[in-house]
Amino acid sequence: MKEEERDNYYVQGLAVPETPEPGAEPKPWSKTAIVGQARPRVDAYERVSGTAIYPSDYTFANMLYGAILRCPHPHARVKKIDISGARQIDGVHGVLADTTTGGDIRWPYVMQWPYEAEKISKLFDSHCRFEGDAVAAVAAATPCQAMDGVRAIKVDYEVLPFVADERQALKPDAAKVHDDSNQVNKQTYSRGNVEQGFGEADVVLEKTFRTACELHTPLELHGCVANWDGDRLTIWESTQGVYAIQSKVAELLGLPLSKVRVIGHYLGGAFGSKLQPGKYTVIAALLARQTGRPVKLFLAREETFLVVGNRPPANMTIKAGIKKDGTLTALEFTGIATGGAYPAGGMTLLDWLVRDLYTCPHVKTETTDAYINGGPARPFRAPGHPQCSWALEQIIDDLAVAIGMDPVELRFKNIPTVSQGREGTPPYTTTGLEECITKGAEAFGWQQARQRTAAGRKEKGHLKRGVGMGSCVWFAGGGGPPSTMIVKLFSDGSVNLNMGASDIGTGTKTIMAMVVAEELGIKPEMIQIEHGDTGTTQYATSSGGSKTVPTEAPTVRSATIEVKRQLLSMAAVDLAADPADLRYNGQYIEVAGAGSRKIKITDITKLKKRGVVVGVGYRGPNPENKVINPFGAQFCEVEVNIKTGEVRIVRFLGAHESGRVMNRLTFDNQVFGGITMGIGLGMTEFRVLDTNRTGKMVNRNWHDYKLPTALDVPADMISIAIEMPDSEANNTGA
Amino acid sequence: MEKKEKHKGCQCDCGFTRRGFLSSMGAGAVALAASGKIVTPAAAAGVKAPMDSLSIQLMINGRSQRLLVEPRWSLLYVLREHLGLTGVKIGCERGECGACTVLINDIPRYGCLTLAVEAEGSKITTLEGLMQGEDLGPVQQAFVEKDAFQCGYCTPGQIMAVEGLLRAKPRPSVAEIQREVSGNLCRCGAYVNIFKAADRAAELKRS
Repeated sequence: MKEEERDNYYVQGLAVPETPEPGAEPKPWSKTAIVGQARPRVDAYERVSGTAIYPSDYTFANMLYGAILRCPHPHARVKKIDISGARQIDGVHGVLADTTTGGDIRWPYVMQWPYEAEKISKLFDSHCRFEGDAVAAVAAATPCQAMDGVRAIKVDYEVLPFVADERQALKPDAAKVHDDSNQVNKQTYSRGNVEQGFGEADVVLEKTFRTACELHTPLELHGCVANWDGDRLTIWESTQGVYAIQSKVAELLGLPLSKVRVIGHYLGGAFGSKLQPGKYTVIAALLARQTGRPVKLFLAREETFLVVGNRPPANMTIKAGIKKDGTLTALEFTGIATGGAYPAGGMTLLDWLVRDLYTCPHVKTETTDAYINGGPARPFRAPGHPQCSWALEQIIDDLAVAIGMDPVELRFKNIPTVSQGREGTPPYTTTGLEECITKGAEAFGWQQARQRTAAGRKEKGHLKRGVGMGSCVWFAGGGGPPSTMIVKLFSDGSVNLNMGASDIGTGTKTIMAMVVAEELGIKPEMIQIEHGDTGTTQYATSSGGSKTVPTEAPTVRSATIEVKRQLLSMAAVDLAADPADLRYNGQYIEVAGAGSRKIKITDITKLKKRGVVVGVGYRGPNPENKVINPFGAQFCEVEVNIKTGEVRIVRFLGAHESGRVMNRLTFDNQVFGGITMGIGLGMTEFRVLDTNRTGKMVNRNWHDYKLPTALDVPADMISIAIEMPDSEANNTGA
Repeated sequence: MEKKEKHKGCQCDCGFTRRGFLSSMGAGAVALAASGKIVTPAAAAGVKAPMDSLSIQLMINGRSQRLLVEPRWSLLYVLREHLGLTGVKIGCERGECGACTVLINDIPRYGCLTLAVEAEGSKITTLEGLMQGEDLGPVQQAFVEKDAFQCGYCTPGQIMAVEGLLRAKPRPSVAEIQREVSGNLCRCGAYVNIFKAADRAAELKRS
């Protein structure tokens, strides 16, 4: 390659940040050249050309297809199972049930706080506590033959009484999901004295709300391909975190971590539902071992409505007191929710917004999690928050009407600077709520829109418009250790970035490349990324909870700085200077103050000899006694047909304070995606269980369970970024 | 069987249910259900059983392919699992999500609702067929520029839907774009950028 072409790897004249002394922490960037731009994704080509190989895309020449026989009843006991029929079917190579090797493996549904006693199930549990629990499995040469095999298994069920509604589940005469009470857990929280608070209020309102159960249903089905080489297991899984899959599979199968390699380069959506392996993962591994062939086991769409998680339904009563000047005096919240048939976080963070979003001296909450004969919950995009938001934001609006105040102004009056819901009320590193509301209202034209739509409602006609707004905080989002990353700089100056984290569609890879580019002055497209593989990339926690960028970005920055430090000490030999006097300047390293004494990175003798410089970065700790949370405010205008009740969303605006915006293009996309999913929960999505007659789910497909389509969202969506300098959160401010 | 179901603590106060209705439908319905099998005229000459195999010829992305298929195999399954065309994604296998959208004679169709045998004699185009060598086609390029995806899994189908639209209508309005991609679900919610990408693609195709 010609020298000039190599020079093109680097951005000419880019001011790269100073390299800190060895051992010193890098300072936050004061201004950035590449980070913060709107850049198309580094893996966009793969995703639009079809060359991105998702786990469900893998095929091997001798691969078999797996399928699972599932209990058709919400509550039943398997009295007898006969798998011999399946073995007779053409193309069937393997059959698994509780009687075959490995079939009696223990299965803890969730290992999650705050549950002390786990209700342990088995891989194939003869006591099926929800519709769709696994009973047996088959591996065959084609998917059709696998289904033929599943249908040939004969099962004799004893159908048991069920309960499919969390409100009924807590009544004394309800059918029992487990032997003891249907109450999983009850939690209480209190600060101040709510009675005193309600006494001080000018207006007190109380209302009950319910949000229905919502299903994740990412486009790529849940599943994996599993293959053994002797005692080494490789799994290609559609997952948010390869290391999370590795650790649980290794534990359940009794294998050392080194013998379980999990690969997940791409995944087609998850939203929290692919943070953990499913029974399907272990079943695929066992079928592969039994047959000695790779097994691909991806669920059918209908199965994903039953067994791979949900956002639990919530029943919430909220009582709120306010003074005429808009000061909140007291909030009291009661919530009942269900995580399904096993402890699965049915009420996780359900009361959080009541505790933390608005300044309020007197708060009391009580949340109860109940068992029902339904599929276990999994984390779903800010667990608990949208449910609570539905209740809290509506009562806040009602209070505004009651005291005759603009809802925006009322929220202004109650903006917190400390996290009141946490022990010791620690401060936030930044509280962007006020600015989100102000800038959002301004850009939306809130005042004018309110007046315009109010006037319009007095006119004739059946189409009426209205505007609404709500605000929010997310409990997590600051990221934190652990994470390890490696940045390799080759002898031609190009770079390889090695990270364990998954890019679940949020643009993680692109942002990491931008961080490396910022520090090295290299063009982001000159960086090759290896990720999502426990065999070849470094440990990372799962991507989720809006914490991936603030976790991984500081890590990759540290690894890149380590590369720069090594280059400086290598160049010091060539330049016969003290490394401390040298300045890394993109393509060159020069002696500070003597610009003529410099060396090209690619001319450094030691780099040429060694061929590579390897920098390792680790995620440092978060600030102590500080809380790093993102805030937001959203505004929308709707049109209601008052004759039919039909609602059309006319426009939507989101103003979000999420730390430093690393890539404006993917940031806006995330905001739009969140709004769209919110439209789903608010307008079109709800699980329907036949609670009275059969206990079965009646809308387990996308025809009957409605996701928002292109016709349900407004083309007029605006995202506003509220950026507040945050030098405390981490060294990238993300 | 009906007896068992009737009793089981129905807590509803409705006097009439669909199941109750079905069980009152009389002997004819019950007899059909009891036989446990759908009666097919298997003896009829020329009718294939599901597991038989057939040799067919498909025209995919401009090339003819001879394949041995079972009559029950969908076009989606054959393209993806047998020919390795991973730009045809599997989402629901029941015509609800559009992840498997391909063009059949330039019209967007769901690969999961089309049997492979049905597609014989038609011109099939998949995402791979939009590539110009290693270079992206205009619709693909527009999706990159406008960041019209997040996880990227519905993307091939969305691109094919837009490609089909633009082949039929080179200057679509936003409302037309919204309608034409409404058969393709995007759970990440990148719709707004998909609209922008379709508009940009129309522009790129014209230039």
